[in-house]
Amino acid sequence: MYNQENCRFLKTHEWACKEGDLAVVGISNHAQEEISDIVFVDLPKVGRAVKAGENCCVVESVKSASEIYAPVSGEIVAVNDALNADPALVNREPHGNGWLFKIKMTNPAEYDALLDFAAYQATIQK
Amino acid sequence: MTETCTLKTTALRQACEKAGGKMVDFHGWLLPVQYDGILAEHKAVRECAGMFDVSHMGQLFVEGEKAWEFLQFIGCNNIKNGPAEGTYFHILTDEGTIIDDAISFCLSQEQFLVVVNAACVETDFNWLKKHAAGFNVTVRNESDNWSMLAVQGPKAVGIVNQILPGVLDLPRFHISPLTMFGADGYVTRTGYTGEDGVEIMLPNSKITQLWAALLELGVKPCGLGARDVLRLEAGYLLNGEDANPTKTPYEANCGWVVKLAKENFIGKDALVAKKAAGFKSRLVGFVLKTAGVPRSGCKIFCEGKEAGHLTSGTFSPLFKGIAVGYLASEIPVGAEVEIEIHSRRVPAQAVKPPFYKNRV
Repeated sequence: MYNQENCRFLKTHEWACKEGDLAVVGISNHAQEEISDIVFVDLPKVGRAVKAGENCCVVESVKSASEIYAPVSGEIVAVNDALNADPALVNREPHGNGWLFKIKMTNPAEYDALLDFAAYQATIQK
Repeated sequence: MTETCTLKTTALRQACEKAGGKMVDFHGWLLPVQYDGILAEHKAVRECAGMFDVSHMGQLFVEGEKAWEFLQFIGCNNIKNGPAEGTYFHILTDEGTIIDDAISFCLSQEQFLVVVNAACVETDFNWLKKHAAGFNVTVRNESDNWSMLAVQGPKAVGIVNQILPGVLDLPRFHISPLTMFGADGYVTRTGYTGEDGVEIMLPNSKITQLWAALLELGVKPCGLGARDVLRLEAGYLLNGEDANPTKTPYEANCGWVVKLAKENFIGKDALVAKKAAGFKSRLVGFVLKTAGVPRSGCKIFCEGKEAGHLTSGTFSPLFKGIAVGYLASEIPVGAEVEIEIHSRRVPAQAVKPPFYKNRV
């Protein structure tokens, strides 16, 4: 649904995919493989204002907690409630039904400045 | 990556890596935290059979005419000295606080094997040696020569019996000498998972053959991650976290390990005094009432006031968010509390461990 080739990325493994003035946010396939068995996602509250780079969500595996940073600034306008019942969706479909939240962007230029897929791939192959 | 070079490795390292083990630094040892996933490995042990490389654990041999008397002095529990009998006990400081938890096995009236935690091998060895002179016993640290594989799960002992006939008859918490692949070793009916199982000790050079044979029989390789969930569900202490040299066994929910009726043992006088004075906090269990994963270090609140902290916590596939921690003594088991996780307070109930009704 949010093909990785069409997404932008943070070095910290979040992806963002533009949908009009919204950015849909999730974690990369590489990240879900590293985190493994995701058992809980502490989603942000709808309506919360976030700044680019702000820690706003936690993805928990059995072994560890991973902080998720907002790739762009704006307002959280939707969260993926399906993850409350089935957090492992993030493992199974990191670029699809395992998305985390949607941000209504206040500064779309931030989106354009994120890493493209090739640049992100280069960071994880180091 | 340079740090990896300084880590100690077990004889099973390559076998673990070949099986897909994701290797991590565990108290200075390079060991697999998981293979294909903690949840799948947990399930294998609860429903069938899994195996853990526990070669990092230590083996101390205590020998001499007064070996039993010596261990009775070292350990706070009543050390069993019937043939092949094992005893879980704590090694205490003079102040009655916990240095380590260990299991002794009676090999003969003049020889006991003590299996200790990896991080405590040197400390325990030095502590035993320090007190050995008065009993005219020798203590040998054989940890570097032995490898150990824990095979755990409801089907584990039956499977092991196929390559080690007779092991099904070994009673719980007993030891038996064995010969496998042309070498002598030991098997004990013990474990750290709450399931039936055995732990097999063999010389380093033979352990990969045992691993291969068990893999062939369908035993699933399991890592430290699954081991931690299993032991926490089963209510077993993790020494260094749930127990440490600031806590007595009474505080660590292990009062049953202390036998004050024994004539004398290290830490007894201090324990008597401390028990009479009472304790500020003690280890209890917690079950989260809503979603979340509690972790070591999380603060516990009761009626808005800070009331302790967690020492272990995890996501259990059976019980969801579970933890143990030190809770102020005045707050009873059953109390409604809150656990602070990532600055969010999650409702939880204080309970008495174990969470999982052990099948052993």
